[in-house]
Amino acid sequence: MEHQTDNRNKRTLLITEAKRFVSFLLSEMKPKGKLVTPFNVFAAVVLATTAVLLVIRFTKGLASTTNLSQDFPWGIWIGFDVVTGVAFAGGAYVVTFMVYVLRLEKYHPIVRITVLNGFLAYVFYAGALLFDLGRPWNVINPIIGNSFGVSSVMFLVAWHFMLYMIAQFVEFSPAIAEWLGWKRIRKFLGGLTLGAVIFGITLSTLHQSGLGALFLMAKSKIHPLWYSEFIPILFFVSSIFAGLSMVIFEGSISHKVFRKQISLQHHLEHDEIVIGLARVCAGTMYIYFFLKVLVFIHGQQWNYINTPMGWWFLVEIVGFVLIPVRLYTQAVQFRNLPLIRFAAALTLIGIVVNRLNVSIIAFKWYAIERYIPSWMELEITLGVIVAEILVLRWVVNRMPILSDPPEWARPRPEVTRETRFVPKEGEEKEWVTINM
Amino acid sequence: MANRCTPKLEEPMDRRNFVKTLSGMGVAALGAERAEAEDKSEKKEFVGVLVDTTRCVGCRSCELACAEAHGFPEPDSSPEVFAKERAPSTVQWSVVNRFQTERGEMFAKRQCMHCNQPACASACLTKAMLKTEEGPVIWREDKCMGCRFCMLSCPFDVPKFEYDSPMPKIQKCNLCWDRLEEGKRPACVEACPAEAIKFGKRRELIETGRALIAKEPTKYVHDIYGESEAGGTSYMYLASVPFGQLGFRTDLETIPYPELSKDYLYAVPVVLTLWPAFLLALSNATKKESDQENHGTPDGQ
Repeated sequence: MEHQTDNRNKRTLLITEAKRFVSFLLSEMKPKGKLVTPFNVFAAVVLATTAVLLVIRFTKGLASTTNLSQDFPWGIWIGFDVVTGVAFAGGAYVVTFMVYVLRLEKYHPIVRITVLNGFLAYVFYAGALLFDLGRPWNVINPIIGNSFGVSSVMFLVAWHFMLYMIAQFVEFSPAIAEWLGWKRIRKFLGGLTLGAVIFGITLSTLHQSGLGALFLMAKSKIHPLWYSEFIPILFFVSSIFAGLSMVIFEGSISHKVFRKQISLQHHLEHDEIVIGLARVCAGTMYIYFFLKVLVFIHGQQWNYINTPMGWWFLVEIVGFVLIPVRLYTQAVQFRNLPLIRFAAALTLIGIVVNRLNVSIIAFKWYAIERYIPSWMELEITLGVIVAEILVLRWVVNRMPILSDPPEWARPRPEVTRETRFVPKEGEEKEWVTINM
Repeated sequence: MANRCTPKLEEPMDRRNFVKTLSGMGVAALGAERAEAEDKSEKKEFVGVLVDTTRCVGCRSCELACAEAHGFPEPDSSPEVFAKERAPSTVQWSVVNRFQTERGEMFAKRQCMHCNQPACASACLTKAMLKTEEGPVIWREDKCMGCRFCMLSCPFDVPKFEYDSPMPKIQKCNLCWDRLEEGKRPACVEACPAEAIKFGKRRELIETGRALIAKEPTKYVHDIYGESEAGGTSYMYLASVPFGQLGFRTDLETIPYPELSKDYLYAVPVVLTLWPAFLLALSNATKKESDQENHGTPDGQ
């Protein structure tokens, strides 16, 4: 008798718990903040247009929305969304390497936002690949094993994208557990982090370079100034500073937008973090520049330099590598944050230029009819970016991404320590002492 | 809190991570397992086609026969089509072009070259594009996901994609694969009234070509296009003028195109196995004493 009541009590408890959980989820689904803002209106218009265009694309074929041709099978959906987008998302593997492998605790406050950004970038930009695939219903073929094209670089890239998304999700999952208040699961997921990080860095090394290796067989089609056997290495090295520049650039925006969310400690350490990242960027960019020069000299390509493509090549490596790396160096030296942000922006433009050069501009440079993306291709790309931003905002406003994790999830009681905060010039000078 | 779980959890956690990393590696290592470009020429002898452009009169019977054999609309028969150089298209697998050369008007048909080690087939992640043991390179509808990597990789720009269809296919010559299975010759070969197109074993065709060149050394250029281009192709050409004048690319590699990404694919298993070990070691080396006491693996903060 007593036993039965006990069971019943348990069940009632479970039901109330479940009810509470569902109502929590429902309340979290609701938008926080004002619904009608300029950005939201803009986003709604862009997404609605994208939806319409995608319906046209999937009912009429790729020709209805894109300017792709038999000569140019890959346009900006590959060249920008995937090839450039994935380089921009490289920050996640670099920052997790710094924090979990090198254990540079200084960068801990930006791990979550960077991993979230990286994860969403992969989901959305690699996901946008489905729009580009002519026969997307067959996309599972290389996964389920009925036809493994194992000699294909694309096979490697596809698998690595998928596995890396899983690894990134695992890296990010403790934040979800904290949001939902799942303490035991949070502990378990936290234990998976290092494994996921190491696996993720390995996968990133291979698919960042793999995106470059996709173009290796196009030797007779890519301008000699951009084609080299070293494309995979160049792509990998440039993904390091591309990713970090994105972290800097994106951080400067989210710092304004999510001001309320940002934890005090993060706020205080932000400048130091940015300067540190800029230093790493500068270092890898010097290596990249050196590699570029080495490849150029070994390729014996002097005769191409004084041609229109040669000038464009110089614009890329001087204007978008040498100048930003010089700016980074100077900015780090004088702790000039606006200059760091400017250098980051310039670097990002340089990455776009480089990736588009390899995939589109220097590709069939001899062709008379060039590929120029249609407005619809650009619009759909914009739609993908906007959708990503909306999801990012939704997550950041709910989960402990920029804000501190809940009390129960903090790693350990911090040793009391002093942090000094030097405000920017012009602001009221004051010293802040925090006991944590 | 962290203190409590450490001694019990740390060990199995590390082991689990390690096993997980390993098993993941196994899956991904498939990417490079058979990086070696597929060369099936040893198993069975490849068939091929030898086109003697000096005999071609530009009648375009081959175009018509091709369209009939594969159910495409009849090609435009007016001579105006020669006004500009055409490439094969989604509705025409084989086209004849006219060229003004140093020896006057010449014609050359253009279609898939059926490479010995095709870039398109090694680019294909679903094996939709397949080099058959007999030699023809065929495309399989149920496998293809439409990524167009084959088009990017093909040095001859042969595969064509149906951009205007919601269920697009890749279109390219399959060397009449279905007819070959029935024991027939390719449609274009049968249709040629000038006997400019010969079908046979690739090896024998090379011998035939060389013999023809040796017999009439002033008539032919001393080269068979396709013998070594892109590592050798099943379609091969004889000509009386340098091949560049007949619209052929003469700057192609003489190694098979899959070789170009082979080095990269070979590096994959090396990185895949050494990187995690190196990273794990590095992570352990940087572990501070306080970390070891407090929490073995870093949390996800």
